[in-house]
Amino acid sequence: MIRPMVRAVRFTEDLSHLPTHKFGTSSLTWWGILGFMIIEGVAFALTFAAYFFLMGHEQGWPPEGRAAPNLLAGTLFTIVILLSEPVNTRIKKAALAHDVGEVRRLMPIIVVVGVVLLIIRGFEFNSLNCRWTDNAYASIVWALLLLHTTHILTDWFDTVVLYALMKTRLGFEGRRLEDVDENCMYWRYVWLLWLPIYLMIYWIPRL
Amino acid sequence: MTDAELQSIEEENRELEKERKKIARDGPKLKGDALAARLDRTWKRPPGIIGWLSTVDHKEIGRRYIVTALIFLALGGVLAAVMRLQLAVPDNNLVSAARYNEIFTMHGSTMMFLFAVPVMEGVALYVIPLMVGTRATTFPRLNAFSYFLYLFGGMLLWGAFVLNIGPDVGWFAYVPLSGPQFSPGKRADIWAQMITFTEVSALAAAVVLVTTILKARAPGMTLARMPLYAWAMLVVAVMIIFSMPAIALCSSMLISDRLVGTHFYNAAEHGDPLLWQHLFWFFGHPEVYIIFLPATGFVSVIVETFCRRPVFAYPVVVLALISTGILAFGLWVHHMFATGLPRVGYSFYTAASMTVAIPTGLQIFCWLATMWDGRPRFAVPMLYVVGFIVTFVIGGLSGVMVASVPLDLQLHDTYFVVAHFHYVLIGGAVFPLLGALVYWYPKMTGRMMSETLGKISFWMIFLGFQLAFFPMHIAGLMGMPRRVYTYPAGLGLELPNLLSTIGAVVVALSVLLFVINGIVSLYRGEIASENPWDAAGLEWATGSPPPTYNFAHIPVVESRTPLWDIDGELPVVTGLRVDEKELLLTTVVAAVPDLREPIPQASPWPFISAVATAVLFISSIFSPWAILFGAIPVAIALTAWFWPKEMKRQPEPVII
Repeated sequence: MIRPMVRAVRFTEDLSHLPTHKFGTSSLTWWGILGFMIIEGVAFALTFAAYFFLMGHEQGWPPEGRAAPNLLAGTLFTIVILLSEPVNTRIKKAALAHDVGEVRRLMPIIVVVGVVLLIIRGFEFNSLNCRWTDNAYASIVWALLLLHTTHILTDWFDTVVLYALMKTRLGFEGRRLEDVDENCMYWRYVWLLWLPIYLMIYWIPRL
Repeated sequence: MTDAELQSIEEENRELEKERKKIARDGPKLKGDALAARLDRTWKRPPGIIGWLSTVDHKEIGRRYIVTALIFLALGGVLAAVMRLQLAVPDNNLVSAARYNEIFTMHGSTMMFLFAVPVMEGVALYVIPLMVGTRATTFPRLNAFSYFLYLFGGMLLWGAFVLNIGPDVGWFAYVPLSGPQFSPGKRADIWAQMITFTEVSALAAAVVLVTTILKARAPGMTLARMPLYAWAMLVVAVMIIFSMPAIALCSSMLISDRLVGTHFYNAAEHGDPLLWQHLFWFFGHPEVYIIFLPATGFVSVIVETFCRRPVFAYPVVVLALISTGILAFGLWVHHMFATGLPRVGYSFYTAASMTVAIPTGLQIFCWLATMWDGRPRFAVPMLYVVGFIVTFVIGGLSGVMVASVPLDLQLHDTYFVVAHFHYVLIGGAVFPLLGALVYWYPKMTGRMMSETLGKISFWMIFLGFQLAFFPMHIAGLMGMPRRVYTYPAGLGLELPNLLSTIGAVVVALSVLLFVINGIVSLYRGEIASENPWDAAGLEWATGSPPPTYNFAHIPVVESRTPLWDIDGELPVVTGLRVDEKELLLTTVVAAVPDLREPIPQASPWPFISAVATAVLFISSIFSPWAILFGAIPVAIALTAWFWPKEMKRQPEPVII
């Protein structure tokens, strides 16, 4: 049943001149991604809270004279993920400048960095000096690392899909560049989240 | 990129620019029936079962949410009736102790996770876009996805119950009872995974609501002119975003304790059962306000319409909503008074719990002032508001009582608490909800509900409710514990329990009458005009029921009560395309037109993604590897959802 607007209308303004995409806070997906970043951020914050809650019960951390995780893999991971940021920034700037060529050139670097990070992450799990079944300390440390790994993995996959799309002609659409811009924002979030986790897994047990 | 490619792109850009000029848009040249026919073609979903599964229309999804939630309400209500029959007389053996455990667990879980939150979201998903004057919700496919996940979560819980593997650990599933040692089998896992479904669904719907309210409001609807219901839902959606991750986290930890042998809650390995309680109630307390605040939004709308006066002290109501939302996060420990806390903790959480009564009280006084200053018309929705105020104030006062630690220690886990939270949840949320359903029924269906039947069912539910739940205060004060399947004769508990059971029967009959009224009116109800209550909100500026595209032209808002303040003609903006689906986005605070946003067409991929996600969630009850292997179909489905179905560039972006 078609029921047009019943009420009489008064035309005020024609908006056909409005753009169909903008970057930043004007973009709808920017808000959507912000929403999901807050959701994940709260989950991380509460995991941090659980970590300190469990730590408060212990005489030592790690408990029972266990060794703290080995530093090498985690530190290497931190260096690599921090080094990815200059490239990430260049991609973001290129997207804002509608420079599709530059975006196409630089995105594979981030994809490769993602693979490298996932490989290092494998070694990290191996250098924790505990298994998740050992005790509550081991459980929470594994939880932190696993939770962050899911973010690396999903963002890597997301970047691969977006790169594939950017290689097509649709890469020239403004909205796709918006996606690139926001993907870069999310990558910043992923590495920013890592910094407190790095301290909690590797350095707090050494205090 | 080669020069040739660049050149061909530039050529294409020029072509597209030419085509862009030819796009048909609404305006003085395209209006009335011709416009309606064009828009209808563009916005209607494909027919058939595939079309049904693919729809992204917020009205259809909102309706499904509401109907599904009402079915779960009925199921949860049947369980309540069974419990009341069991407790009608002492030493009854209608149901066994073990079955009783399952029944109260299912009742609580169903009402909280499958009825209360989803029904509030469902109403909002239907009403909010109409109320803020836009054509769709933002992220419509995410919206569809959230519904299917919710449906599958509910089916998991109830399927398990029917198969006799339903959870039996209480709706808050305290460890160690729900842990691997004391709950072998899969009952507790079913509960935990149902939580995962509903919480992912609620989070998705919350993001949809926040972005719709902040970005898709009609031009001129500044934050200061936003309807109070939209304010309430904005606060609620933000609360969902900040609280639901807590339950996601704690139920995941529970599953991993049970499935892969972690020790988060295992005291023997230095975990802590209280960690569960903290995380659960960090979600669980805001949850109460997530259920209650939408109801305050309903009340504000109904009071305004039926008193013919804008709600008294609008800024106070808005600030009360926001401060309730913030305070709700500082109260969770009052659920844990009986666990032993530091003295400062007791004082702080008592003070905080009493403080939250202030903004709520302010809202109630604002509504009373509106009624006093207006000309109240006691139609059915308004009756529910009055019933709400009476009942909720009683529940609020018993809440202030149990906020005090010494009394709480006495009353903890007794029927006094059961009475309290039913007063605030049924009185505070279900009464306004029923009022809101009657209020928006003509908008959703095009017909009015019967006023006579409506009044009968209101009085039955209002009086039946008091009869069912007031005696529980007495039973609780006499020491009757919750969650025990029977009680011995001779303790003086017979009378209050029998009264409660009689009251419960009256409530059940009144709900049945409400449903019958709803169904009969669908066919026999008086035909509703576009604005049968003579209300002020924009949702009443379009047809009843609204067309798929909501508004033929996007309305412009010049005051808080737009339809009361225009003389005849509704001011509108024009220029949205009619051959593709498009929304108008405005700025967050001032609602200045900012962007024309393409909105996705119907797609089966949200449904397929939800099925893949359901397979992942359910199989992960049995093996941790399911998370790894189950993620592959999810990733494929989500990619297909996102991936453009046509690789040709369009003159203006579309999402297909």
